[in-house]
Amino acid sequence: MAELTGKTPCDGLLPLEIGAVTLVEADPGRLTSVAPYRGGAEALGRALVSAHGLDWPAPNRMSVKGAARLIWFGRDMALLAGPAPAPGLAEHAALTDQSDAWAAVDLAGDDAEQVLARLVPIDLRAAHFAVGHTARTLIGHMTASITRLGPDRFLILVFRSMAGTLVHDLKTALEAVAARR
Amino acid sequence: MRLTCPICGDRDRREFYYQGDAVALDRPDGGAGAETWDGYVHLRDNPAGRTRDLWQHEAGCGAWIVVLRDTVSHEVFGVELAMSVGEAGA
Repeated sequence: MAELTGKTPCDGLLPLEIGAVTLVEADPGRLTSVAPYRGGAEALGRALVSAHGLDWPAPNRMSVKGAARLIWFGRDMALLAGPAPAPGLAEHAALTDQSDAWAAVDLAGDDAEQVLARLVPIDLRAAHFAVGHTARTLIGHMTASITRLGPDRFLILVFRSMAGTLVHDLKTALEAVAARR
Repeated sequence: MRLTCPICGDRDRREFYYQGDAVALDRPDGGAGAETWDGYVHLRDNPAGRTRDLWQHEAGCGAWIVVLRDTVSHEVFGVELAMSVGEAGA
């Protein structure tokens, strides 16, 4: 039997600290996409509240309860990050384990907004994109999920296969922003 | 060019995939004649003016949307979810 070593998506690529920004690999916990069956949204909402204490998020929003996050993830879909989904949820929604499918990075620092402004085609300034807001959009040429976790802190998810490109693109932007300081 | 996704809001055109004339929402029934099907599958107008097209918010929420716009003035008149249009027509 071969001995296999588990590696995280950004293994060997992170952490980075350039200028006033740090980029580290995030561990969002177990990732499960939750897609309600047709007509099941209301029952799913109740089940989520009783099982995880999480409200179904409106588009472009995230619900948080302790270490559990429910991140809006597209039309009729949210991503449960943290705990394993309660078994009862499967009655109302398609649950898919996506834990190994996404690369997750945490971008933090005074210039984090300026860095993302170079790569993302939406307005991520705090006035438009407050703590707890999320978006499915592009970062460079990659589709991504971007969530504001704090005043100067973002969680970025891209497909795992894109981890190298994500770090490269962010590193280039970090260096460019730092060079203007 | 910017499009307002009914779910995500105002977004840049690069987030969207263009599919073509929204004729796909008006599928003829199975018994329709060969000529009707030929038109449905192959024949498209190429208007200078108002069009009604299907787009997908590929890099966003993934929803298919129907966009009414003008190819001459580039004005966008309206955007709605293809699902709601399809259900209304069904």
